Amino acid sequence: MTAPAPVEVERPETVERLDVPWIAIVWNDPINLMSYVTYVFQKVFGYGKAKAEKLMLDVHHKGRAVVANGTREEMERDVEILHSYGLWATVKKDD
Amino acid sequence: MTNGFRRVGDGRIGLDLAPEEGAVLRGLVEQLLELMEALPAGDPGLAELGISESTEAPEDPALARLFPDGYRDDPDAAGEFRRYTESGLRDGKREAAETVLKGLAETKIVLDDVQAHAWLRCLNDLRLTLGTRLEVTEDFYERAEELDWDDPRYALYAVYDWLGLLQDTLVRSLW
Repeated sequence: MTAPAPVEVERPETVERLDVPWIAIVWNDPINLMSYVTYVFQKVFGYGKAKAEKLMLDVHHKGRAVVANGTREEMERDVEILHSYGLWATVKKDD
Repeated sequence: MTNGFRRVGDGRIGLDLAPEEGAVLRGLVEQLLELMEALPAGDPGLAELGISESTEAPEDPALARLFPDGYRDDPDAAGEFRRYTESGLRDGKREAAETVLKGLAETKIVLDDVQAHAWLRCLNDLRLTLGTRLEVTEDFYERAEELDWDDPRYALYAVYDWLGLLQDTLVRSLW
């Protein structure tokens, strides 16, 4: 068996690396109920109630919380679902 | 007055509404449907894939809250995200509202799991719309207590509060 000789390829810096994480952020708003936000985190991400509640409290007290991370496409999908539930969510490249 | 939602067995959820409560809710949902009318069709081929020409956040603050930007400091990415998602989100919210209208044909309402989740999202859309119109802040209850009975906002505050109670009982029934 043989393997092709590895070829050194310079990776252009502008190409987006797939392993760079993206995040979904949920922002605090004065309308959504605390119980509802907790329930949505459980339903959308399959988190247990304790974790979902902690995230909800982070949103409430700190003004926002990172609720998921993954590829850009995954985060856009999550944010779209969160919008369907009326949560105020955005996608961002992780710093 | 209704006690809100409750489990009624078989994984179903029940809600008894007084006729006037049902009428109030129906009126609100009908207004919500009007507010969320479908986007202009644009390119028919793309529309079929759920892609619209909408790249700007709606001017109406309530609509802008129902369909927020998906990116905060990147208008181009927010525009693209909107083009690919807003049309589908509108359809989903309208469908949920239609499910609620159908349910309101009865005053003794029984919902399966799918219907209950449509109600859950629609009640939230109603609260987002009303809350945005009332410019609700974290100190909602303090402000509501300061309103006079004859203030025109009083009734809207009362409805907003009632929707919150209803939604909370629905969440607790689904848990």
